Amino acid sequence: MSKERIKIAPEMFDIMPPEYQDLVQRATYGNETRGWKDIGTSKELIEEHSLCAGCPESMAFRYILASLPAPEDTVMVGSTGCTSLVFPHVGVHNIHSLFGNQNAIASGLKRALTVRFPDRVKDVVVLAGDGATVDIGLDMTLQAWFRQEKFTTICFDNELYANTGGQESGLMQKGFVAKMAPVGKTFEKVRLPEIARESGCHYVVNCTVSKPNLVEKVIKNAIHVAREIGPTYLQLYTPCILEIGKNSMEGLQEMRDSEKPAERFSYKEYVSDQAKELLTELAAKEKERKAAAKKQLAGQA
Amino acid sequence: MSSVYQVLPGPEHFLPPAAASMGVRLPDSGQAHIHGKIVNEEEAMEVAARQFLAAKVPTIFPGPLVLWAWNEKAAKKATAIRHLYETLKECVAPSQEAMLIPMPDYRPKYPKINPEVEINPNHPNLTIWHNKIDTCMFVGVHCHQANLSLKIIRGGTYCYTIAMCAQAGHEDAMLSFRDATADKIMRLADWVKRLKGSVKPPQD
Repeated sequence: MSKERIKIAPEMFDIMPPEYQDLVQRATYGNETRGWKDIGTSKELIEEHSLCAGCPESMAFRYILASLPAPEDTVMVGSTGCTSLVFPHVGVHNIHSLFGNQNAIASGLKRALTVRFPDRVKDVVVLAGDGATVDIGLDMTLQAWFRQEKFTTICFDNELYANTGGQESGLMQKGFVAKMAPVGKTFEKVRLPEIARESGCHYVVNCTVSKPNLVEKVIKNAIHVAREIGPTYLQLYTPCILEIGKNSMEGLQEMRDSEKPAERFSYKEYVSDQAKELLTELAAKEKERKAAAKKQLAGQA
Repeated sequence: MSSVYQVLPGPEHFLPPAAASMGVRLPDSGQAHIHGKIVNEEEAMEVAARQFLAAKVPTIFPGPLVLWAWNEKAAKKATAIRHLYETLKECVAPSQEAMLIPMPDYRPKYPKINPEVEINPNHPNLTIWHNKIDTCMFVGVHCHQANLSLKIIRGGTYCYTIAMCAQAGHEDAMLSFRDATADKIMRLADWVKRLKGSVKPPQD
């Protein structure tokens, strides 16, 4: 697969908006080694976005889109929330689901794509907020994992309902007072990563998006494991700077503070034995590929 | 069923009815419709060519089905559309300005679209107003998005709309062909060439 599938008709090339010309000439579709380091040197798969200035979710989007192993063969499923404002600007096939049923849609989609394209690997990636994943859509989220559906679920955890003014969500930390939750949360943050593990997910990670190389690693791992073995789950902290009273430039520091040891977003990973085997195999192949590339480069010099 | 409702240039106000709901029906193969009346395709070719030549800003809006070379037919249509555009440019007077503006996608764009470089089905009137387009032709736009755009245009502008539809035609256009092929688009270009000089250019 390559850019061959997105060729602009030559007679129409000059009239296409510049972002499309860029997308077919400078994007990283079909590049097996694509990753976050392409940001700034190639056309990103996200155009402008309509999130708030400094929103960590926008960083997360950029890193994730740069890290998808095969964006041309990926369909993302979104849900209601801040993320749904971004999807119209994304150069990857995507579906907006009803609030909460994203994992049900992804289940049907993955199965349909497998039947329709038996000779081609199609990745399905759910990307939704904590309200859609853990509150309104918890049934669909869990049932997809119980059924061992082969796709990745990513939850952008900002610990509240951000774009409706700051209501309490299941992933909000205990005691937190939000604009629309003045009494403060009275029970603990739902431990979804642990529930994911117990529900049959083969690769589960809980972290922030402060480190792009880490985001790239977990995204690639999660998608590869979902392709071959079964469901995977990533819970990424993308704080809503507005709702927690921070300024635009303070999102990164907020994530760094929250990922310190013993904090609620310190890096946690669960990998099933099957997934471990697969990831070891993939790592060995990657090592071989890098060695071969190095050798080739040395030969050219 | 015959209809008294005519699909005419607007502005027809905020919510123009779907022409189908007003009894306008689609043409059969070899036919077209003008303002909702079924006519022979050749007659529609002539009327469409005259509309283009009489317009101040005759414009073609190619959609994703012809902008992307996703199969051989699409690539051929793109060539034919470019030919039609070049023919229009050649055949209109210096006071007229032929345009070719793409509808590259259907997504809602925020904070705004650039009406100089594209048209968007969610607010096609912006591009039409900005460029003062008075006759336009849709080609290669998926049915639903074309219908939506044609209705919005009829509701909010005085632009004359033509649909070069690859399926069964569009009731909501003022003039609609069906079963569009590259040859059919070339035939329309031939009509424009044939009528060159015989249609009075618009007066200010």
